Amino acid sequence: MSAGENGDSDGRIKGIKSALRVVPNFPKPGIMFQDITTLLLDPKAFKDTIDLFVEHYKHENISVIAGIEARGFIFGPPIALAIGAKFVPLRKPKKLPGEVISEKYILEYGSDCLEMHVGAVKSGDRALVVDDLIATGGTICAAINLLERVEAEVVGCACVIEVPELKGRERLRSHGKELYVLVESQFEPTTQ
Amino acid sequence: MFAEENGLHGDPRIKAISDAIRVVPHFPKPGIMFQDITTLLLDQKAFKYTVDIFVDRYRDKKISVVAGVEARGFIFGPPIALAIGAKFVPLRKPKKLPGEVISESYVLEYGTDCLEMHVGAVQPGESVLIVDDLVATGGTLSAAIRLLERVGAEVIECACVIGLPQVKGNWRLNGVPLYVLVEPRLTDLECSL
Repeated sequence: MSAGENGDSDGRIKGIKSALRVVPNFPKPGIMFQDITTLLLDPKAFKDTIDLFVEHYKHENISVIAGIEARGFIFGPPIALAIGAKFVPLRKPKKLPGEVISEKYILEYGSDCLEMHVGAVKSGDRALVVDDLIATGGTICAAINLLERVEAEVVGCACVIEVPELKGRERLRSHGKELYVLVESQFEPTTQ
Repeated sequence: MFAEENGLHGDPRIKAISDAIRVVPHFPKPGIMFQDITTLLLDQKAFKYTVDIFVDRYRDKKISVVAGVEARGFIFGPPIALAIGAKFVPLRKPKKLPGEVISESYVLEYGTDCLEMHVGAVQPGESVLIVDDLVATGGTLSAAIRLLERVGAEVIECACVIGLPQVKGNWRLNGVPLYVLVEPRLTDLECSL
């Protein structure tokens, strides 16, 4: 579900939404980039973001927070610390120093690859995938595959922002995975 | 300075943090004993100790900005920022930040690299803490300091979990104090995840 959807007039969601910035035509023409760096400049809104994720998941017995490089590294560790879970970074190729497993995924043009350290996640671990934004869900599905390959149970995926037109939620639903997001993407460039 | 020499001598948390770091030989190239903090992140207690020690040190220093160096500075910086009520500012490799940026080059062993920060993220006069997982030659941190000083901020300190020996006698980078929790270990006799 989306945190704002249940008739929930949570003031924290409004504060988070207004702290986000839209940068037009980045990284290429036609893309309205959803920029979370302005959220990080608002200590209350950043704290509210983490609190909302923690409140949603703290009773789910989550033992692993898997954060996707690089913006998942900003949101994942505070959640992990608050709920007493391990934090596992999922990285672009050749960044992790030890033995890794790799999962390829398709991009609009070409493919990319996500890696996880062997042994970081154990069979039976209950895992939450965290990133700043979900678009098509390609990267997040690669993350889920990595975790399931080592027999973790992926409890859900948490993102600050969802781009509904790109149907990531449907893609996750077809894999039986829950998606929790705080806000939907915005179109208007904001002046910040 | 090392935390042990700054009031934390004998603090069992320091040993727990050091023990939780894994050494990976010959990464990314032969001869380098890579200090891997990912095993620290798997140890909930040791990761929390790391953040707590930094938060205790900086809580009352009126720091308004924590700047973290991509990518491992993104892991340690935000929890500190959240705990002390400061903004978090990511310092990134080129072309990652979407808005208007300022850039600072720095020299690598072979070639150069570049660090970027968003224009307007930090205001003149703000007090800044820079965070990264490890300091080696200090090249990257020096570039980070220059970025912050170019916008008129004051860098109070640089904080790293691990400090390589070459900085041991050199506790200031460009005049900015350096605070480090542990020295690197040379090897792992046994390392299990």
